[in-house]
Amino acid sequence: MSLRNVGIVYRKELTEALRDRRTLISTIIVPLFLFPVLSVGFGALAVSLVGKAKEEIPKVMLRGGGDSPAIVEGLRKLGKIEIVPEAPGWKDQIINKEIRAAVEIPAGFQADVAEQKSDTVKIFNYEGEMKSEFASDKVEKYLKDYSDTVVKARLAAKNLPVDALKPFEFKRENVAPPEKVSGAAIGGLIGYTVILLCMTGAMYPAMDLTAGEKERGTMETILSSPISRMHLVLGKFFLVLTAALGTAALSVLSMGISFSVLSHYTGQTAGGRAAAAGLLLKLGPKTVLSVFLMTLPVAVLFSATLMTIALFAKTYKEAQSYLTPMTFVVIIPAIAAMLPGVELTPKLSLIPILNVSLLCKELVTGTYHWNLIAIIFSSTCVYAAAALFLAVKMFQRESVLFRS
Amino acid sequence: MIEARGLSKRFQDKKRGEIRAVDNVSFTCQPGKIYGLLGANGAGKTTTLRMLATILEPTDGTAIVCGHDIVEHPEKVRANVGFLSTATALYPRLTAQEMVEYFGRLNGLDEATLKKRIDDIFNRLDMNAFRDRRCDKLSTGMKQKTSIARTLVHNPPVMIFDEPTNGLDIMTARTITSFIRECRDLGKTVIFSTHIMSEVEKLCDIIGIIQNGKLLAEGALAQLRDKYAEHDLEEIFVKVVAPYYINAGAN
Repeated sequence: MSLRNVGIVYRKELTEALRDRRTLISTIIVPLFLFPVLSVGFGALAVSLVGKAKEEIPKVMLRGGGDSPAIVEGLRKLGKIEIVPEAPGWKDQIINKEIRAAVEIPAGFQADVAEQKSDTVKIFNYEGEMKSEFASDKVEKYLKDYSDTVVKARLAAKNLPVDALKPFEFKRENVAPPEKVSGAAIGGLIGYTVILLCMTGAMYPAMDLTAGEKERGTMETILSSPISRMHLVLGKFFLVLTAALGTAALSVLSMGISFSVLSHYTGQTAGGRAAAAGLLLKLGPKTVLSVFLMTLPVAVLFSATLMTIALFAKTYKEAQSYLTPMTFVVIIPAIAAMLPGVELTPKLSLIPILNVSLLCKELVTGTYHWNLIAIIFSSTCVYAAAALFLAVKMFQRESVLFRS
Repeated sequence: MIEARGLSKRFQDKKRGEIRAVDNVSFTCQPGKIYGLLGANGAGKTTTLRMLATILEPTDGTAIVCGHDIVEHPEKVRANVGFLSTATALYPRLTAQEMVEYFGRLNGLDEATLKKRIDDIFNRLDMNAFRDRRCDKLSTGMKQKTSIARTLVHNPPVMIFDEPTNGLDIMTARTITSFIRECRDLGKTVIFSTHIMSEVEKLCDIIGIIQNGKLLAEGALAQLRDKYAEHDLEEIFVKVVAPYYINAGAN
């Protein structure tokens, strides 16, 4: 095999790719700007909207309570909510967001509390609506504090200590190091992102170098040169692979920078994300190298498969219609790996894409199951080699190259 | 030299079954001569020339190009051939010089030789004004010159032209026809397909008339005139292919 010829084709394809707007957008622009826009832009916007919603003083309608002045006075003095008088159609007012919640105090509530009878105070809200939930939370917190005060008063009246109702304390304590905690939170996201962008990065060059070449009429030109078809397909394949890996690398870099910028601006408000950002920046060379090594055969698999499929198409547009459904083939196992409770097993290690997604999750947390890594790496290499072999074979078929 | 020996190509078509695009075609093209393959659309000209250029593989038969068998050593054949057709487009995002350099490198030229060859060709074809311009920004004439430069860069002894003037304006077509003549004058073996009678009359030393994939008549223009008792090439062509058109219709 002549590496010189493969190199000549690769260099030419690289020159053309760097001058192709569509390839540059999918390989460089999308991974570099997708995360800043999604995380910093939307993240900051979401944080700011939540902050504003929390600061708003919601209108809460008080129903009943005429014979229970203490609790009513307490709610009025809370200051975090605006009490509005009872009015008909209050449920619709909550649904139409005219008021955020309503609190219903049963008749004789204060007397019942004094007589140690149990009553139920109801809070009505619009479930899932953020501002309504915040209003309900504020009322609920007040009621809980009020309940605690009543309990304390009752204990005191009977000369019992406050701890009588709390015979012991319990608390959770995390033993996992912070990297593992953050890794568990974002490890799945890294695998998903790297795999998905690996594919989108490979998609446009794969179409351009096959169907695009047919459409532009340059396929016959190159086939009339002395280069063997194997060298030709390998040169093209390495360019597609470069785009796939380049996109994946840039996406991880961009994700790290975006999260760190986000954590800088949002500070405590986005604690989880800040920790994740910290982790991304702290990913050691061993983890980065491991993720890269495991992504390599996946990128080979994508590049060769996409090229083979796109080669069947006569035009760029036709290739697009063939390859777009491929995105779902990749997204589904990548998302499945992010589902809670899905963990790497020897059987799952044989399922392409899903296996590497799950493994990335573990690698980021610093867990290395060497036997599973060996199965995943070798099985993905076998799939990748089969896909590359098929791509070379397809390039030798006249019925595919000159399909009319 | 090109020597086609019983060259055949069959395709499978889902609707029409087996199609014999080229059927047992044999001919010889000598160095310093232009062989014109004359035929209607779909006669089998392009398939024949694509097989000679080893872009397609023959189903039966073979051809010897510069001493190399097209089936046994296709890469050696391609290294000795310059192939030009209206379908052999240029890479739009490469400059004219990069395009020619690419094919020079693929043909195994070292950098010093390549530079010298490119300078020679660009001077000869008056291409220096646009050598650094991208191919998608070139006029049709400039594109044709770049295509010619691409076929010439490795100085091949055999030139194959598949309807090279198809769809071109008169001035661009003249550039191509004068280039074909120049190739003959340089002693190259030239084979050229067309359905334009005037081009054949002006250029070709030997004419082969092809229809339904079969080579029906062959000879110098004077020989064909004598054989078919007609002076006008178009009349000769009609006399040769008409029975096959009727047969095709009957079938």
